[in-house]
Amino acid sequence: MTAIDVTPKGAAAPEHIPYEPPRQIRWTSTGLLLAFLAVFPLLFPNPAVTSIAVITMIFLVAAIGWNIFSGYSGYISIGHAAYYGIGQYTVALLALHAKVPAGWDTFGLLPVAGLVSAVAAVPIGFVVLRVRRHTFIILTVAVMFILQLLAFNLVSWTNGSGGLEMSFPTWQGSYFNEPFYYVGLVAAIVACAASWWVRRSKYGLGLLSIRDDEDRARGLGINATRTKLIAYAISAFFVGVAGGLYAPFIGSVYPQFGFDPTFDLAIAVLVFVGGIGTLSGPVIGALLLIPLQQYFYLQFGNANLYLIAYGVLFILILRLLPAGIAPSVTQLWRRALIARRRAAARSPAVPALAGQSPAGQSPAGQSPAAQSPAGGLPGAPPATAAVPHAGGDEVAR
Amino acid sequence: MLVLQAIIDGILVGGFYALMAGGLTLVFGVMEIVNFAQGIMVVLGAYLSYALFSHLSIDPFLSLVITMPGMFLIGVAVYWSMIKPIKQDRVIMSLLVMFAVGTIAEGILDLVFTSNLVQISTPYVNNSFTIGSLIFPDIYVYAFLMSVVLLAGVYYLLYRTRFGRSLRASMQNPTAARLVGINTDWVSAYTLGIGVAMAAAGGMVFGLTNSFDAASSYDLISRLLAIVIFGGFGSLSGALIASVLMLVIQDVVAVVWSPTWGQTTFYVILILILLVRPQGLLGRKAVRAQ
Repeated sequence: MTAIDVTPKGAAAPEHIPYEPPRQIRWTSTGLLLAFLAVFPLLFPNPAVTSIAVITMIFLVAAIGWNIFSGYSGYISIGHAAYYGIGQYTVALLALHAKVPAGWDTFGLLPVAGLVSAVAAVPIGFVVLRVRRHTFIILTVAVMFILQLLAFNLVSWTNGSGGLEMSFPTWQGSYFNEPFYYVGLVAAIVACAASWWVRRSKYGLGLLSIRDDEDRARGLGINATRTKLIAYAISAFFVGVAGGLYAPFIGSVYPQFGFDPTFDLAIAVLVFVGGIGTLSGPVIGALLLIPLQQYFYLQFGNANLYLIAYGVLFILILRLLPAGIAPSVTQLWRRALIARRRAAARSPAVPALAGQSPAGQSPAGQSPAAQSPAGGLPGAPPATAAVPHAGGDEVAR
Repeated sequence: MLVLQAIIDGILVGGFYALMAGGLTLVFGVMEIVNFAQGIMVVLGAYLSYALFSHLSIDPFLSLVITMPGMFLIGVAVYWSMIKPIKQDRVIMSLLVMFAVGTIAEGILDLVFTSNLVQISTPYVNNSFTIGSLIFPDIYVYAFLMSVVLLAGVYYLLYRTRFGRSLRASMQNPTAARLVGINTDWVSAYTLGIGVAMAAAGGMVFGLTNSFDAASSYDLISRLLAIVIFGGFGSLSGALIASVLMLVIQDVVAVVWSPTWGQTTFYVILILILLVRPQGLLGRKAVRAQ
C-alpha cells in the first residue's frame, strides 16, 4: 500500500507508529457499540424513536453493502437503488403470490431478496463494469432508471405506478418496530462480517489493488473482471436485503420509491461522510447521519428547511473532514501520537516535560489514543475500529 | 407522416436539451467536474423566468436578458465558494459538493415557490402553424432558433476569442495552461458561469413547455447526464447530436410502439453504444486511469 511515512524528521523513531488504534480499543468500542445497539429499543421504546432506528438499520445494511463494492474497488456506483428496488419487489411479489403471511415469515424472504439482487447484479455488472470513472457512474444511474421504467411499465407484474400493497404484521403498535429493528441489526452484523472478510482476505487485497491501479493489478495477474463482479454481486446482495426489509416495514412498494434516485445519493453520502473504503466508515456515517436527517425532518416538519439544513451540514462535513470521519479521526489520533513521541524523544531525560506536551498527559502508551479521537468528535468511539491505512491519501484517487 | 412529425418534434426539442446538456459538458471538459446541480439550475432558470413573467409580465424570452447574467454570477460564485476550496479528490468531491448545492437550492426553491407544479403560460404557448400536414408549435420553433443562436454564440466564444483559447487550453492540459500564464481559476469560474447561464436559457424553455417543480430536477439531471455520456464528456457537438438523437428516438418509439417505452429504449441504446464506445460518440479516449 502507498501509505505515506510520516515519521518526523530528525527525531529518532525506533518504533513503528501504528496506523490504527490498538486492538483492545477497537474491540472494546465495537463491543460497546453493539451492546448499545442491542439494548437501544429497550432504552427508547417510543415508537417514533424506534421507527427512526429501523430506517437507520436499513440504511446501515445498504451502506455497508455499497461500500463493499464502491468503497473497496473505487468504482462509485450511484445506481445501487436498482438492487434496493429489486429486493423490495422480490419480497412484495413473493409475499403476494406465495401467500407468505405477514410477520416473522416475511423475514424469511430476506435472503431470497438478497439472492435475487445478487443474481441480477451479475449480468448488469458484466455490462456496466466494462467502463470506468464517470461513465461508470452514469451507466449505473441509467441501469437504475431502466429498472424503474420497467417497474412502471410492466403493469401486469408490478401494477405500475399503482404500486404493490403488503399486509402489515398484526403486531401491536408499541411492539411493531422492534422485530424489524433486530432483524436489521442482525443483517447489519452479517454485512459487517462480510465487509471485514473482504477487507482482510486475499480476495479483498485484489479488489483494493484494482482501486489503486486497475491496469497494474491486471498486469500482476488479478482477474479484474471477476474480482469486481464478485464484489458487485456481494454488494447487491446486502442492498437487496435492505430493500427486502424496507418493503414490509412501509407496507407498499412503488417504482419511484423502490428505484429511488435519492436513495443512491443518500448511500454514497453516508459512506463518504463516514469514510469511504473503510470498515467503520459506513457504520459511522449511517449511525450519525440517518438519525440526524430524520430528526431534521421531524424537527422542521417542513421538508424544505430540512433539505437546506441537510445540504449545509453536508458541505460543512465535506469541508472540515474531506477524507471522511473515520480516516480523519484516525489521522488526528496518529498525528497526536507522533507529536507526543517527538516531544518525548526531544526530552528523554525529563519525562515531566513530555507529560505537558499538548498531545496527551500520560507517557507513551495507549491511553491518550482513547482520548484524542473521543475528544475530536462526538460519537467517535466506533472510529477507533478503523481499518489500517485509512489515511485520506489512500482514499484519494 | 406521424414518424416524420415525431422526428421534427425530436429535433426541435433536442435543440434546447442541447443547451442544458452543453453547459454540463463544457464544465466537465474544463474542470473534470460533473455538475450534479445542473438539473436544479435549469429549474431555477425556469422559476426566475416564471417569476419575472407572472409578477412583472416580462416576456420569458426577454427575461433571459436578466436571468442569464444573474445565473452567470451564481455560477461564478459557486465556483469560488464551493469548488475552489476542494483540495483533494476533486472529481468525486465536486460531484458531492454540487449535489449538496443542488439539495440546498431545491429546499430554497420549494420554500419560495411551494411544491405545486407551475408552468409559464404566455399567450402564444399553444399557438402553432402547419406546413403541409406537419404541425410546428410556435414555442418549440422559437426555442429551437434561440438555442441555435446561443449555441452558435458559445461556439464563437470557444473558437474565435482569446477567452475561448484559454478555455480550450485548460481543457486539454490544465497544468500546461497554467504554465503559459492562463489563470485557470478564472477560466473555470467563467466556464461554470457560462454553463449555468446556458441552464437558465434551457430552463426558460423547459418552463414554457412543461409544468415543473423543484423535484423535476432529478428527472432532468438524469436525462442530461445520459445525453452528455452518450455524446462524450466534454464534447459540445456530441451533446448536440446526442440530445437530438435522444428526443428523436423517444418520440419515434412513442409513435410506432408506445409512449411508455420511449425513454427505456433510449437508455438501452445508450448502454449498447457505450459497450462499443465507452467514451461516447465524440468523447476523447480516456487516459489510463481509473
